[in-house]
Amino acid sequence: MNTIGYYPGCSLHGGGRELDMSIRAISVVAGVVLKEIDDWSCCGATAAHSLNHDLAVSLPQRVLALAEAQGFRQVLAPCAACFSRLKGTHVRLQRSEALAQKTRRITGLEYRGTLEIVNVVEYANRLLTDGLDRKLSQPLRGLKVAAYYGCLLSRGEGIIENEDPEDPKGMDAVLRASGVEVVPWSHSIECCGAGFSMSLTDAVLDLSRDILAQAQAAGAQAIVTGCPMCHSNLDMRQQKINSRGLGSFDMPIMYLSELIGLAAGLTPESLGLDRHFVDAMRVAGRNR
Amino acid sequence: MATRMDLSPNQVVRLAQVGDGPSTERLLTSDAIWMCAGCLTCTQRCPKKLDPAAIMDVLRELSSEGGKVSGHQQQILKFHRSFLDSVEQTGRMQELLLVAFYKMRTLDLFSDVMLGPAMLARGKLPLIPSRIRGYQEVQRIFDSCRKRPSAQGDSR
Repeated sequence: MNTIGYYPGCSLHGGGRELDMSIRAISVVAGVVLKEIDDWSCCGATAAHSLNHDLAVSLPQRVLALAEAQGFRQVLAPCAACFSRLKGTHVRLQRSEALAQKTRRITGLEYRGTLEIVNVVEYANRLLTDGLDRKLSQPLRGLKVAAYYGCLLSRGEGIIENEDPEDPKGMDAVLRASGVEVVPWSHSIECCGAGFSMSLTDAVLDLSRDILAQAQAAGAQAIVTGCPMCHSNLDMRQQKINSRGLGSFDMPIMYLSELIGLAAGLTPESLGLDRHFVDAMRVAGRNR
Repeated sequence: MATRMDLSPNQVVRLAQVGDGPSTERLLTSDAIWMCAGCLTCTQRCPKKLDPAAIMDVLRELSSEGGKVSGHQQQILKFHRSFLDSVEQTGRMQELLLVAFYKMRTLDLFSDVMLGPAMLARGKLPLIPSRIRGYQEVQRIFDSCRKRPSAQGDSR
């Protein structure tokens, strides 16, 4: 896995920028080259699968076909939603030749199904077993975190593999290797309200409030996520949750890859920690 | 999200099974199908191994095509359409375009206006939308997937 196809997805160029920065940074440490899929397009996300079934399969199929034609065997999609759409499409095209044919007609592109699509939790674990564990020289001792998987890193038949959907543990080994203490808690797979941040804001504030409150009650000093949508709802919306009187939280929301990067001794700025809405810089420095 | 819905996911499935005129109308005009975030909890836990999340997708498509979207849930449809407009025009979702399209559709110009500058300060809001080279390929995909030339009902 020295070179791997990289699908940042739209969020990682905008609101999810820290995930992009920290994934790239830990890949350098691990000696893995991330090569961006040339001319990738959007996976369609929730909008496409809400409004048009054909579009929901065709948009990801274009990405998969491009990656395959560019010679990749594996594609890393750090955004949980992109991963779910790409791998979900891969699985459905494998299962239905009729759908594969129809999609081929729509996009004009062939996808033979040879890719392995990897999410952020799987990627982190692979880096770890491939030797990254020996480079985590500055463990974050004494930091207690709640590992938050949300929906799309825990659920999806044929999409999330080797994970208990009701009690996922995929982040544990990586977090422990980073020196972090993982606290047991109740809300690791609850939904944060996902893409409704603008269109159904009240629901997002309530659901995200519950997640913050439960993490706090469990003694966590930070929540760890791998999803830019969850991150945005819990980090960017935390101020609004407080100003609405729903709580008084001051909970840093960390990407899994940011914690790994800190444990590897990278600077917090190089991982994007200074770009959070809720101060995340305090999480750095514990290991110095 | 299920606790906020006017129909629970199992009621949605039951009405789909009944499938007569009134049941279908109730489903297609419901809030529930639009309030579904696609979290897959219902599909994960369905004791009958059904896939309510996929059923919701189909119902949303039928509801928007038929112009039956609940008045309460128009803003969700407008958000999805704004998202897709950005993708259709540039090949990718660009937050600035998405927000601009959404605010034009909803005329809700002032909520969260302070988030823009805050995101900008954090380098999270690229100001100049860029197109991918193959944006016309993406536009052709949209064209092929459009069934009836933006036909019935609900306003775009």
